[in-house]
Amino acid sequence: MMNKLIFGRYIPGDSVVHHMDPRAKLLLSFCFIGIIFIANNWATYALLFAFTLAAIYLSGVKWSFFINGVKPLIWLILFTVILQVLFSASGGHVYFQWGIITISQLGLINGVYIFCRFVLIIFMSTLLTLTTPPLELSDAIEYILMPLRAVRFPVYEVALMLSIALRFVPTLMDETEKIMNAQRARGVDFGEGNIFQQMRAVVPLLIPLFVSSFNRAEDLATAMEARGYQGGEGRSKYRILKWHQRDTWATGCFAILTVALIFLRA
Amino acid sequence: MAITFKQVDFTYQPGTPFETKALTDINVTIPTGSYTALIGHTGSGKSTLLQHLNALLKPTSGTVTIGEWVITPTTSNKDLKRLRQHVGIVFQFPESQLFEETVAKDIAFGPQNFGASEADALKTAAEMLALVGLDESLLTRSPFDLSGGQMRRVAIAGVLAMQPQVLVLDEPTAGLDPQGRLDMMEMFARLRHERDLTVVLVTHQMDDVANYADNIIVMDRGQIVKTGTPREIFKDPAWLTAHQLGLPKTTAFAHTLQKQGWQFDEWPLTEDELAAAIVQQLPPNAMGEVAAHDE
Repeated sequence: MMNKLIFGRYIPGDSVVHHMDPRAKLLLSFCFIGIIFIANNWATYALLFAFTLAAIYLSGVKWSFFINGVKPLIWLILFTVILQVLFSASGGHVYFQWGIITISQLGLINGVYIFCRFVLIIFMSTLLTLTTPPLELSDAIEYILMPLRAVRFPVYEVALMLSIALRFVPTLMDETEKIMNAQRARGVDFGEGNIFQQMRAVVPLLIPLFVSSFNRAEDLATAMEARGYQGGEGRSKYRILKWHQRDTWATGCFAILTVALIFLRA
Repeated sequence: MAITFKQVDFTYQPGTPFETKALTDINVTIPTGSYTALIGHTGSGKSTLLQHLNALLKPTSGTVTIGEWVITPTTSNKDLKRLRQHVGIVFQFPESQLFEETVAKDIAFGPQNFGASEADALKTAAEMLALVGLDESLLTRSPFDLSGGQMRRVAIAGVLAMQPQVLVLDEPTAGLDPQGRLDMMEMFARLRHERDLTVVLVTHQMDDVANYADNIIVMDRGQIVKTGTPREIFKDPAWLTAHQLGLPKTTAFAHTLQKQGWQFDEWPLTEDELAAAIVQQLPPNAMGEVAAHDE
């Protein structure tokens, strides 16, 4: 069930993209989502696609992963695109009109643009998660949030919660699967019957999951205290993030891309 | 109910980049009324095989026959619910499956899912609690107030309450103290005779295997590498070591004695057998000495 979800998984590899600093990757991915909105004609979208495909090529991850990443969202994308095509203001040549529904040249072009935007964003974020281990990502987030300490934002605590949460996602998934199997063996049908029956079937799964999470939290807290954890302040770090030359290069490429987009913009 | 595997293969997440083959060409029969031990190194596919025993997993190819049910890769889930009543599985650390407000309701949950009325199910619950050796006063308690060992007994009672004909146990004594472990294993042996159960036990405890099982299936890397009686399996220590398995303590001791010149016609499995074999080989006057020493 959950196994089909490619989005958010890490695939170990040995490429330039894998070895990049997670801070650089995270920030550049955010910037990428921002600069997508600069694009507004074919040339700019072509440039963005070329850039994305080059990044994917450099990562050495199989194309099929990215296609699979788009698949679960395809209906959402098509839905948005169709709304855009049918209801956008008329402009250019009008092919079809019926009531408020208008299919115009401008509408069609806008639809294609939106489709491109979705695909680009999904490709880039999939590339980020496929090439960055979750723990590195949480380190990067901790680093990026650091300035917020000035306004008394609990950065260490948030970062700790984030890395613990990330660490326990697979454990909880396994646990869910295990309890589901145990309850199925006791005659529970998951995902069958009407909505009320289905909701009731979830109770024997949810309660044990919550209970085991409470127990796990208590054990973990005890184990952390026993090992001398007293809060984030004043701790040294085991995993130290290093900014390499390749990160500077990547940022440079990004800057050039942004400038090029602004020039090519109609 | 006999369970037969015919050329069963199983692959996790087939068709994805995370595809892993867990079972390869499994051909085996678990006879009715047997006490079968499934042993093997961690990751050898025991738990995957176990989930085929009541069709929680369906083979990627091949067929599994359980009583009158024939499970092929295309079998629909709809027909399988009845089957689950006949094959009760006690998963590892079964205490994590408890969820109801009271012990009685939790034990009654299984039977009710299979159509028993609430009154009947609660009556069964009381019987089952006695069967697993807990006091009736616990019936109205919350399962989360109980000790770890008691919770496990309640969970096992919940599986037994469905009146299964086949009882599958996945490391039922993991994490229990020695007395609890012994009590539990004795309980399963007793239940087997009282209710004519077929028992399948997955374990790493070779002593339990030697003491209770009459049939052994050895797995390695998703394949069945050997089947036979405990005596057949435990006669070759080198082969067991090669498959990262051990000997029961008694048999290991007999092997050590043999190196010192003792003779064993067949390898002793239980302590009683070992003692008998040793006594036989003692010179008559030595027996007298031991007896005198005891006094």
